[in-house]
Amino acid sequence: MSDLNTTMVNEYRSNFLKEVEANVEEGRWVKMCMQCGVCSGSCPLGPAWEHPPQEIFMMIRAGKRDEVLKSESMWMCTSCYNCIVRCPRELPITHIMHGLANYAHRLGLAPKMNPTRRFAKIFWDNIVKSGRVNEIELSLRLYFMDGFKNGVEKAWSMKDIGLGMLKARRLNPLGFVTHKGCKDTKGIHRMLKKAREIEDRRKGFAA
Amino acid sequence: MADVVATNETIVVIGGGISGMTAAVEAAETGKDVILLERAPSLGGRVSQLYKYFPKLCHPTCGMEINLRRLRGNRRIKVLTLAEVQKVTGEAGNYQVTATLHPRFVNENCTACGACAEAVTAEIDNPFDYGLSRMKAAYLPFTMAHPQRYVIDPSLIGTEEAQKAKDACRYDAIDLDMKPETVTFSAGAIIWATGWRPYDAAKIQPYGYDRYANVITSVEFERLADTRGPTGGRILRPSDGKEAKNVAFIQCAGSRDRNHLTHCSRICCMASLKQTTYMRERFGDDAQSSIYYIDIRAIDRFEDFYQKVQADSTVKFIKSKVANITEDEATGDVILHGVDTEGYHRYDNRHDLCVLAVGMEPSVDVRRIADVAVDASGFIEVNGPNGAIFGAGCAANALDVNRSVQSATASVLRAVQVVNRVAKAEG
Repeated sequence: MSDLNTTMVNEYRSNFLKEVEANVEEGRWVKMCMQCGVCSGSCPLGPAWEHPPQEIFMMIRAGKRDEVLKSESMWMCTSCYNCIVRCPRELPITHIMHGLANYAHRLGLAPKMNPTRRFAKIFWDNIVKSGRVNEIELSLRLYFMDGFKNGVEKAWSMKDIGLGMLKARRLNPLGFVTHKGCKDTKGIHRMLKKAREIEDRRKGFAA
Repeated sequence: MADVVATNETIVVIGGGISGMTAAVEAAETGKDVILLERAPSLGGRVSQLYKYFPKLCHPTCGMEINLRRLRGNRRIKVLTLAEVQKVTGEAGNYQVTATLHPRFVNENCTACGACAEAVTAEIDNPFDYGLSRMKAAYLPFTMAHPQRYVIDPSLIGTEEAQKAKDACRYDAIDLDMKPETVTFSAGAIIWATGWRPYDAAKIQPYGYDRYANVITSVEFERLADTRGPTGGRILRPSDGKEAKNVAFIQCAGSRDRNHLTHCSRICCMASLKQTTYMRERFGDDAQSSIYYIDIRAIDRFEDFYQKVQADSTVKFIKSKVANITEDEATGDVILHGVDTEGYHRYDNRHDLCVLAVGMEPSVDVRRIADVAVDASGFIEVNGPNGAIFGAGCAANALDVNRSVQSATASVLRAVQVVNRVAKAEG
């Protein structure tokens, strides 16, 4: 449990909707939901969600803070945008789901072992390092995130696809050596740092 | 139409549905001269296509007949059918209304004997049944049509069929040389009662109205239930003519949706509730009606009707906007997919037939014809800077029959005030 989480709990007390509106990307849309359920029915991964989007919106309004922020549900979103297209009130549901996931992550409440969260973290660290994705490093980190043995097994089961990609020159096995970052890596780092500062200031997160 | 005399004390009513007819009769009964213009070949509009009204469940023929009697008996009303208004110019107390009179190819001699229809073999889609049936290209629009005169469809003109129809007529009523005419009337005030049309259900892509035979609209269902309709009142589904005993009704099909119509169309909830009574009427306890809804908007006293339907064990209410529909190709059944709001249960429900309770949109884009303020949905603003052009019925808002008639009467009062002012000024 982070300090940031304690700060937010103290600041918003029992008004979780207000907290979401202020801190979650596109969170101000949550109160516009009219509970028609077309998003939940339209989600291709719908059956895999513990709480479909419609229910998440209702839970936010009902103040179920822990249940929402600790949930695996919003991490299931694959950004297919079916829900946004069909929502009769044009709620940016995909963005709200990512916003909630991101917020839960920043508060330290997101499920630690959630694969989407872990992938997102690996991807982010990878791309930030040089300003460009190092694909071979990303793939290997992903394979071996659950230990060496597990990684070898996973890689073995995917070997046909891997070889196919090599043949089609979609995967560079020498990527560790040949990978080139962007021209001004330091500039990128400065920009990201600034962006983070601005976001924290706007949302009132303590630095 | 040289026999039409119009002055700037005349009230022109555009649209001959229930609102326009009411407005014309009310205005004429206060002693004003009225010209009633209707684009179709007969009066009656969409109300004549209903099987029953809610909430009393009486047949619209009754109300129509009363209005027609008042209308026929009043010499102050001049009715022009097949009259399409092109342009309205001028200001309160001094309007010019330009209309095209489309040829009917049948004159006043017609006795509606039907000999021309018997002689003709060509068939066209029957718009009265929303295209669910075909009819002869020489036709009476519907049994209660006013005027009671046949129409020769323009597609026949220049063919042998047209000559056959003419030869079959014993009253010299068919005139194949009729041409479109453009006429202009003066008017002191205009009552705009052009009504509504059902929202194009094919635009609601996930529901597959354009792909699945057994997904129909509420107005089409109304025709299926009507004993004078394409199935003689038997509720048969389009794909195989099987009796549809298990019917799903989807509310807000196109309404309250920023991708379609943003407004609530007001009538659709009551229309579906009413249509569940048709199901019980036909199939008794074997009927199965399922209403998929966001919330039921049975306004004012209609709550009683809602409660009566709720008490019917054959009617199920599922609080959910259906996400999409698929078709079981082997049986033609439709399968509705979604998640309900009362417990978040995922469902894949099979039905014989699915009825989309489609929304209302204005039938014409008024602004192309006249300088009139409309709201975001295209309905005429009641209190807009519209001079003496007054919206009535569904041209002004999404209304049921009862409220359309009230709106028409209200617009007459405003029109009469304008015309009286003109009369006083002219001494």
